This record gives sequence, structure tokens and C-alpha cells, in this order.
Amino acid sequence: MATEAKRPPLLIKGNEAIVKGAVLAGCRTYFGYPITPASEIAEAAAKDFPAIGGTFIQAESETASINMVYGAASTGIRTMTASSGPGISLMQEGISYLACAELPCVVVSIMRGGPGLGNIGPEQGDYNQVVRIGGHGCYKNPVFAPSSGQEMCDLTMHAFEIADKYRTPVFVITDGFTGQMMEPVSFPDPIPLPPEKDWAVRADKETRENLISSIYIEHDELEEMNLKLQRKYAEIEKNEVLAEEFMVDDAEIVVVAYGIVSRVLRSTIRLARAEGIKVGMVRPISLWPFPKKQLEALAAKAQQMIVFELSNGQMVDDVRLSIHDNIPVRFYGRMGGNVPTPEECLDVIKRYAAEGGAK
Amino acid sequence: MSAPNYKPHLSRSEIFYPTFERKSGNKEVTHYCPGCGHGSLHKMIAESIQDLGINDRTIFVSPVGCSVFAYYYFDTGNIQAPHGRAPAVGTGAQRARPHSVVISYQGDGDLAAIGLNEILQAANRGEKMVVFFVNNAIYGMTGGQMAPTTLPGMRTTTTPMGRDTRLAGNPTRMCELISTLDAPIYVARGCLASPKHTMRTRKLVRKALKMQTEGKGFCFVEVLSACPTGWGMQPVDSHQWILDNMVPQFPLEIFVDKTDLDHDDYIPPKAPSPETFHEVIRIADAANQMAPAQPETKYKDPRIKVAGFGGQGVLLLGLGLAQCGMMEGRHVTWLPSYGPEMRGGTAHCHVNIADEEIGSPLISKPTVLVAMNQPSLTKFEGELVEGALVIMNSSMVPNKPKRKDLELLELPATAIAEELGNARAANMVVLGAYAGYTGVLSLETCLESLKTLIKRQALVDLNVKAITKGFEFGKAARG
Repeated sequence: MATEAKRPPLLIKGNEAIVKGAVLAGCRTYFGYPITPASEIAEAAAKDFPAIGGTFIQAESETASINMVYGAASTGIRTMTASSGPGISLMQEGISYLACAELPCVVVSIMRGGPGLGNIGPEQGDYNQVVRIGGHGCYKNPVFAPSSGQEMCDLTMHAFEIADKYRTPVFVITDGFTGQMMEPVSFPDPIPLPPEKDWAVRADKETRENLISSIYIEHDELEEMNLKLQRKYAEIEKNEVLAEEFMVDDAEIVVVAYGIVSRVLRSTIRLARAEGIKVGMVRPISLWPFPKKQLEALAAKAQQMIVFELSNGQMVDDVRLSIHDNIPVRFYGRMGGNVPTPEECLDVIKRYAAEGGAK
Repeated sequence: MSAPNYKPHLSRSEIFYPTFERKSGNKEVTHYCPGCGHGSLHKMIAESIQDLGINDRTIFVSPVGCSVFAYYYFDTGNIQAPHGRAPAVGTGAQRARPHSVVISYQGDGDLAAIGLNEILQAANRGEKMVVFFVNNAIYGMTGGQMAPTTLPGMRTTTTPMGRDTRLAGNPTRMCELISTLDAPIYVARGCLASPKHTMRTRKLVRKALKMQTEGKGFCFVEVLSACPTGWGMQPVDSHQWILDNMVPQFPLEIFVDKTDLDHDDYIPPKAPSPETFHEVIRIADAANQMAPAQPETKYKDPRIKVAGFGGQGVLLLGLGLAQCGMMEGRHVTWLPSYGPEMRGGTAHCHVNIADEEIGSPLISKPTVLVAMNQPSLTKFEGELVEGALVIMNSSMVPNKPKRKDLELLELPATAIAEELGNARAANMVVLGAYAGYTGVLSLETCLESLKTLIKRQALVDLNVKAITKGFEFGKAARG
């Protein structure tokens, strides 16, 4: 990740740090539609992108936003949009097209309470929508989940690099709290842009013969395209896993949490350790590809895992599949915009600690 | 720009590929049905691109519909777009590559039904693109269903008894709709029903494309076109049908022509130099690092909840605490209560200042409560840890906490601020008092933080006084 040459920190909202990260990554076009709790991203982009000779458009809808991204990405430049669950729902058609046309871009989702109009509190109920794919067809997209202001910047920059490296849309996904929260962020220098892309439609002689499309009328051709995508996804799964471990070395209980919940659990684990409970945490930073190997290795030593989420347990299956159900996987979740307190999570850990590793 | 040399094209335009290699089956012929208008319109566009010499610059956006395969034929840059979204895709491409000539080529279902929003908004923004709108009053590719432009009484597979306008609405007139907008510079309708009409349409196509070479603005050319297959007619009859039935509904006019007017072009700011880049994106002005204060252990690593009415500067006070903590090299977080609650009602925020990395930014058991009004004290008193510090704005909080285990600092913040001339500085009085009372932050840091916190220079003096007064009050109260 690009974290060299950092400057003294600025106290800044997570949502704004995303825009700074995008600009530092060489993104020069932003297309988006306002929605709480993601609107500061559009607002910051409206200030910064025109000021550096870039483009900001407040689109008429999320549907239009993602298609503007599709058009801009087709010409080979770095581009992005951002929204929250309801808007991401509207973008799913376009994301499927982007995936099949192999267009790099970054889509940010600042999750709020759902389903339906729900509310604007923080939630993680859109894990399935983003990680398990909400659009049509056999595609996947890398998903990075920041849990701090610094990571909002760093992972956005990283997302642009992964998007170009694999020619794929990449998600940065977090909750309303991480978007709204202010923390000190040290911004790095801009990273160099990749060379002009020879596959793009750049409106010049060199690329005139190029076609950006997701149509493969012949069944065999479409199957070949799908197989190509699957090979690409296998590469991503091999190379691009990111996860952080916290106090896992002697852990009998391994907690799995991402985003704001991992922050709460960090506090909880300190409380639990003070009481002598051997608990540690794995924080998936890439939700896809999922840190299967790390979890599998820890499952060989630990007695049980507990997944904490602001949802009905959307990440639980990924944990269970990673460790082949070798040890019990418990779950505790809150929904509707509620975030559990460290003490509440401690009670959960104590309860399961008392039950032990019995299935 | 000199007038292009329009020669009659006696052979096939060079803008068409010699053979259609992207197409399966016979690569010598198009996929269009006999009598279909797409071939004629493709030809007009190709010849104009050739005459204007713009094929390298052209990005042809193919939509969903029979013309989904336009990229089989046009030797230009090609992008295939999702159904109805060609104007949005074209917008993204054109803004990304401002020298490009973007052509959006759409049918009636694509443009006037599913893509109605995208076309109107792109037109209203005055995107630099030309939209060719093929109106054949029916969905061709999906097998002859009703389109927004289907005529009253016309039979389609989804209006088997004829389009009943009481149930299925009336034909949409797109040129008329778009000409109500201010931005489009050229809006015209032609048809392909006779050689005379075809020649006229050819001129419309050329003019709209030429405007793109000059970067003038949004052009919209609708073309009434036959779909003999969808209509169940012989090609020759279908042309007469256009004249008899479609033209009365969709008059052949030039609705807007502002092509001769001067064009007020937006020129974006130049990209900043590497030296000024950080300044331009506002990340250069990092606050000075200050020497950390050395508080008593009991006040270290505070978890602070700040609460009050909207308008009391509660969020700014929280921000000040976090800013000062950061300047003294500590880990900090600031988390607001966000959303509708912010507007008019009560507001609160959570501030952590800590020596080690902060876990939860959300504070469930505060060690410090700043209560700017009575409801805040009543609401949050219960969640405080034992022995927590309560700074209550005694000017506005008549009733003390019920709990007896709390450490209380009664601070008439609003009254002190009023004495200084502005009640709104009460929040900075609290910032100073917190620093003076607990020693968590130094007075110097609080004053230095104003450079970041207060944008209006006129207010700095007031706030310096407020912080200083508060600091003295806090220090004296601590004894």
C-alpha cells in the first residue's frame, strides 16, 4: 500500500479522506449522487476535482453515476463513484457490465441501516450485496474494508492500483460511523499514474480499433470470457488478501470482525485480556478475497471463533467455509443502526468462553 | 473552420470496416432486416465522419436495441452501453477525453422509455455529444413490443388490440420535449421515407456532427425510420406508412438551432504543479505539533461526551478537543451524532484522546461529560463511569446531577461568553476550562488550535479570550 512520505496528520472525516486518497491516486473524474451517510464524499469531490483540472458531475441517479463511470473508465482513466446501500442497489446493473467489460474503477459504499429506506445509522447489512455480488452473472469484485480514517485514504489508493492491475471494478466498503468519524490522517505524496492503457478507447488513432463491450453472442465465446474472468479471480484470491491479526498468538477464542466493529472489539479484547480471557481478533481488510488461510491456521489452535457484525450474520458463512467448520463458529450481531458497546461484546465472549469449544 | 469538402460518396464509406469481422456468420452483410432504416442512417453518419476527418476522435456508443451491434460496422472507437444509458456513458467518456467526438445512437425504447432520464439530463447539461434517435415506433430487437413512440391504435405484441391511449399513454415526442431545455444547440427531426426526405436528413446528420468537431454542444437528431419486420409490412409499404401515420404525429421540423451563436465554453482550471498540489486539495496545512501536557493519571486517556442544543457549538467543541489532542501527539477520534437529529434538536459527539491506539470511537462509558444544557445532563448522566467528571454549563443547567459519585465542575460558560460579548463563544470557554481543570491539554495548544478551528479572523480574538477565561476558571476551580 502507498504509505510513504507521509505529512503531519490532519483531523479529517473518513469520507473526506477517501476523496483525498482518490485524488492522490490520480483519479480525476468523480460521478455521484448524494445519499446519507456518504454525501461528504460527493461534497469533497465537488471541491477538489474541479480545482485540479478534473471532473465532478452530480449525476441524476446512481444508475447514471455508474454508467458515467463506465464511460470514463472505457477511455482508460481512473474514475470513481460512491454511495450507500440503496444507491449501490441501483448501480448493480452497471457494475456487472464493468466487470464483464473488464473496466477498472473504484466504487465506495458507506453502509447504512436497511433493508428498504431503513435509516442512516451505521450497519454492515450490505456485505452480501457487495462481497457476494449484487449484479447478474458470474463475476466477482475485490472489496476492501477500512476501519480508520487513515485506511479510508490508504485503501482507496490501493483500490485504484488493484483495479488497474486486474482491470476490474473494486469496492471500498465501510459503515456510516467510519465515514462520519474524524481521525488524524497522514497523507502520502501522489502515486504515479500507470502508463496509458492500450485496450482503452482514448479517442485517438492508436486505440481506434478498440471496442469496450460485454456482449458475447456466441455461447462458446461467452463461456471463454467467463473462464478468463475466473482465472483472473483466482489470481486475485492468490495475491491480494489483506488481514490484520490482533493478540491471536495464544488465543483460545478468535473474534472475526471488520470496519467499525473491529474497533469496538479491540476495546473489548483489552477488557477481556485484563480478566485473563485468551481472546484475539482477525480483521479481514479484504472481504473478497477473504483471508481463508489465516483463519484456517488459527482454527488449528483456537477452540472457537465468534463473528461480530452489524448485520444478521452475512460474513459467518465465509468464516465457516474458511475453517471447514473444524471448530464452532458463533455469531453476535446488531442491526438497525445500533453498534454494540465493548462491554456488551465482552458479555458475549464470556458467555461463549463458558461454553467452551464444544459443538 | 473551413467548410468540409462534401463529395458524393460513390463507393462504400471508409468509415465502415471492409468486412464485419466482429459479426458471426456472413461477414459481408449487415444484421439488419430488408427495408430497415438503420443501414441508411449508418451510411449518412459514416460518410459525415469521413468528410469531417474525425474517425480517430470519434467514440461511438452503441445502446441496447437493434443497433446494439453498430460496432460491427463503424471503424471508430466503440463502446457498447447498458440499455438506455448511452447518454450517461457518453458523458463519462466525453468528460474524460474532452477532444473526443461522442456519438450516442439510440432507438425509441432505449432512449424514450428506460433511458428517458439519462437523455434529458445529458441534454440539460449540454453535454458535448450528438444523439441520433431512431424512432420506428416499436421495439424491434425484442420482437415487436410497444415503444413509447408507438402510435395510438397501433398493434404490437404487447398492445394486441392496438395502443389504447387511456391505458398505455400517448406517443412521446422527444424533439419537442428536449427543445424545452435551454442547453441543446440543435434539435431536429428527419425521416427516411423518400429520397427527398433522406437527403434532408443527411443534412441534419452532417450539421449535428460538424457541431461536435467544433465542441459546440448537445445536438439531437431524431430520424423516423421503418421497421417492416416489426410492423408486418413490405418495405415499400412501410415507407408510405411513415408519411401517412408517423409524420403527422412527429412533425419534421428543426426545433432548435443555436449553432450560429457564440459558445460560452467552460475551461477547467489547470492541474496544479506538484509543489502546490497539496495546498490545492487542502491537505498541506497540517497543524503545528505541540508539547504534550502532563495530566494527573486520573484524567489521562479521557473518553468525552459533549452534548447540548444544536447551535451551541457542541460539535466544534468536540472537534477542538480532538484537534488539541492530535496536536499534542495523542491518538484521537471524533464521532458526531449525525443525521436529522443535527438539525435544530440536540447534538452530541464522542471524543477519545488516548496514548495508545483507540478501539471503539463510540463511547459507551464516558469519563467526562460536557453538558451544555439540562436535557444533555439528564440524558447522559446514567452512562458515566463512577467518579466521572461532569462539566456543566451552569448558566443553562439549573439542576445538578442526581448521582453523588461524580466530580462536578460548575462552569457558567454562557454567562462568561456573554460578558465577552458573544454567547456563542461558550463552547470555547469550556475547551479552556477543561484544559485548565484537568491539565490534559495545555493553554498554548488550545490557543494554537484556533488557527484550524476558526475560519473567520474576526472571531479569533473573541475565542482567544474565551479560552483564556475558561482556562483560568478551570485552574482556579481545581485549586
